[in-house]
Amino acid sequence: MCLGIPGEVVEVGVDRPDLAMVDVSGVKRAINIGLLDEGEVGPGDWVLIHVGFAMSKIDEAEAKAAMEFLEGIGQAYADEMAALLESRIE
Amino acid sequence: MRFVDEFRDAGTARALASRIAELCRSIPGEPGREYKFMEVCGGHTHTIYKHGLEDHLPDTVTLVHGPGCPVCVIPMGRVDDAIAIAEQPDVIMTTFGDMMRVPGSRGTFLESNAAGADIRMVYSPLDSLKIARQNPDKRVVFMGIGFETTAPSTAMTLLRAAREGIDNFAVFCNHVTIIPAIKAILDSPDLRLDGFVGPGHVSTVIGCRPYEFIPRDHGKPLVCSGFEPLDILQSVHMLLRQLAEGRCEVENQYSRVVPWDGNPRALRAIAETMQLRPYFEWRGLGFISHSALQLRDAYRAFDAELIFDVPGVRVADPKACQCGEVLKGVLKPWECKVFGTACTPETPIGTCMVSSEGACAAYYNFGRFSRERVRHATALPTPSIGRR
Amino acid sequence: MTTDEQQVLDRIDRARRRRPRVREERITMAHGAGGKATHTLVEALFLDAFRNPQLERLEDQAVFPAAGGRFAFTTDSYVVSPLFFPGGDIGELAVNGTVNDLAVSGASPLHLSAGFILEEGFPVADLQRIVASMAAAAAAANVTVVTGDTKVVQRGKADGCYITTAGVGVLERDVELGADRARPGDAVLVSGPIGDHGVTIMLARGELEISSDIASDTAPLAGLVDALLDAVPRGVRCLRDATRGGVATILNEVAAASDVAVVVDEAAVPMRAEVRGASEILGIDPLYVACEGRMVVVVDGAQAPAALDALRSHPLGAGAAVVGTVAADPPALVLLRTEFGGTRIVDMLIGDPLPRIC
Repeated sequence: MCLGIPGEVVEVGVDRPDLAMVDVSGVKRAINIGLLDEGEVGPGDWVLIHVGFAMSKIDEAEAKAAMEFLEGIGQAYADEMAALLESRIE
Repeated sequence: MRFVDEFRDAGTARALASRIAELCRSIPGEPGREYKFMEVCGGHTHTIYKHGLEDHLPDTVTLVHGPGCPVCVIPMGRVDDAIAIAEQPDVIMTTFGDMMRVPGSRGTFLESNAAGADIRMVYSPLDSLKIARQNPDKRVVFMGIGFETTAPSTAMTLLRAAREGIDNFAVFCNHVTIIPAIKAILDSPDLRLDGFVGPGHVSTVIGCRPYEFIPRDHGKPLVCSGFEPLDILQSVHMLLRQLAEGRCEVENQYSRVVPWDGNPRALRAIAETMQLRPYFEWRGLGFISHSALQLRDAYRAFDAELIFDVPGVRVADPKACQCGEVLKGVLKPWECKVFGTACTPETPIGTCMVSSEGACAAYYNFGRFSRERVRHATALPTPSIGRR
Repeated sequence: MTTDEQQVLDRIDRARRRRPRVREERITMAHGAGGKATHTLVEALFLDAFRNPQLERLEDQAVFPAAGGRFAFTTDSYVVSPLFFPGGDIGELAVNGTVNDLAVSGASPLHLSAGFILEEGFPVADLQRIVASMAAAAAAANVTVVTGDTKVVQRGKADGCYITTAGVGVLERDVELGADRARPGDAVLVSGPIGDHGVTIMLARGELEISSDIASDTAPLAGLVDALLDAVPRGVRCLRDATRGGVATILNEVAAASDVAVVVDEAAVPMRAEVRGASEILGIDPLYVACEGRMVVVVDGAQAPAALDALRSHPLGAGAAVVGTVAADPPALVLLRTEFGGTRIVDMLIGDPLPRIC
């Protein structure tokens, strides 16, 4: 039971603060944000959605750090490959 | 798609793959040694096969599939119980799509629906509650399945049902907990593992602390992993790095989503509505104590097991079924004697084949091909026109 | 791969090639999904009883000689729910779907029949709407509805309205198209983004409480087929209308009928962002999701650029793309090179693409 998808919060319910509308690539659905702290998420925040509930707020700083680390590996690899292709053993 | 596409990038995958290969070579003592990591969660199994992740791993690293498929571990007797409830008069049974084709001893939900029972697929337990509200003259039952990832959603729905006084709603609770399953693997003499790829979404609820006993008492590292293919690849990298550096600890690769201490509100919701059963039967693993949830006394009005007469009969797996060994990672799917012949996705004998997260289904649907023959076929260039 | 694993795969391959049998005692939804169960039902039950050379080809239409020429003949039933959805309704679907089944043989569609099964209590205004849609769609596709039938069944049956059509067209082009004509080196194209119709219907059912701007892609493809066959008169091996079961089903049919491998490049498959988003939320694979205005084209590799240009020059083919190639080996398998750089197979659909949660 592990299918969790990241979605962007578009609006939080006014009379129903435990509900939020999220957008996943242009597709919208109302989800329950009762598992998160009050006021923890607002429009523009990203959450992990599972069976109609937000399980966790996505920590964008951590996500950025994770991507930078991975891209760093990718770049280092690309640099090495470029160096390999350019070098000539004579 | 943000937070998804970046973690599927093929270029980064190749780079990580070469780092992994290097690490394997550099681990002190044993060049050419094989490493076996168990990925516990069925969601990981699915990702691995769906994206062809193993193509990026060296031959010396094997990912073993574990029992973290909550559909796979439901014994046939419990499926029969659910169908028995569905077949009672004025009952609307609601369930996740994953359960529709799981075989009990007399058939599946899908077949029962064909024979006249009212069984509906829902995306969320809240949708089930809505059906209850809209059908006050029916008894609506939600079959709750899943690990700690999904239990809070059932719990929140129960809290809501109680608050709103929706008395025609009930839950047939089959939630199971992950730690006893991992313990059963660690205690199993058949398996020699080098570490674990930990279940990322379960951890959004329980956090990373519950895994600390694994490095501490069993000397195996665990990396809590996300579900995109790069997440899993990075987790393998982190495990190997631990081995290379002589460390053994719990690490959190999925830190963008998993808080180390888990989700207190989710845990509170579970604690308020549910309690551990003294024991529960897991298909393939036998009876495990304190491994599954049932509704608390205060919520007995919503407990389908108390409201309805369920047969409660223990049904032995068919003789030919080797799901247990596959779930423990002892057998690979194709090593099961009935894999692909008597047991196929259309005619499943066991749950490993019918659940979309089961190792057998994943291998049959995605991985059933010879890599050598395919290498030649996929080396053919796709005409480069027409990329979107 | 060890010998043991290869032996298991060979054994499975043999088992899959054996004569299909219908094991179930009752019809289930899976029998209507367009995947394995549907194929087994058709081959083991219908084909077995009706056996004849046209039927055995199991193409979208039957082509037969008459009056010195060739005719194409097809039938379809429409049971979609809801009847009205973003982008169209059951009537428009019925006309376009029938026209397309004819058009993909290279035939010019001429006439349709329309049989209605109506539920007692069905609003006449809705019927008028549906019929008006059909008239408009027929005019746009240059066909006429020349005969029909109406039946009414009691309240509770027929979901409002079911429509059955038959269509006839004339095949004047000198082409022989079929799923069994693919050969190694061929290219595989799709005429536009996949999955629009199926996702639209899933969301329109309302049970999933998901909303989006996606609309059905229902459209008559005869003009697009003409544009393609005019530009590439020789070299198109197969044309198929991608409906129930999606693109993956057609690719599997081609791979099996021609005994070839079809290799698809995941990154090349066109798909709207919303279809992707909905598929990710629901855990379904867009390759299996129905379209209603898209075709799969298998064409001689050397002529793929010309085919692509021809498709793209037509409004209904603006989003066309080359998605894969045909190889000799491994036979009867569809392989996908994933965006991640790995490989997996794309098997025939089992059951309905039920949304998964896991």
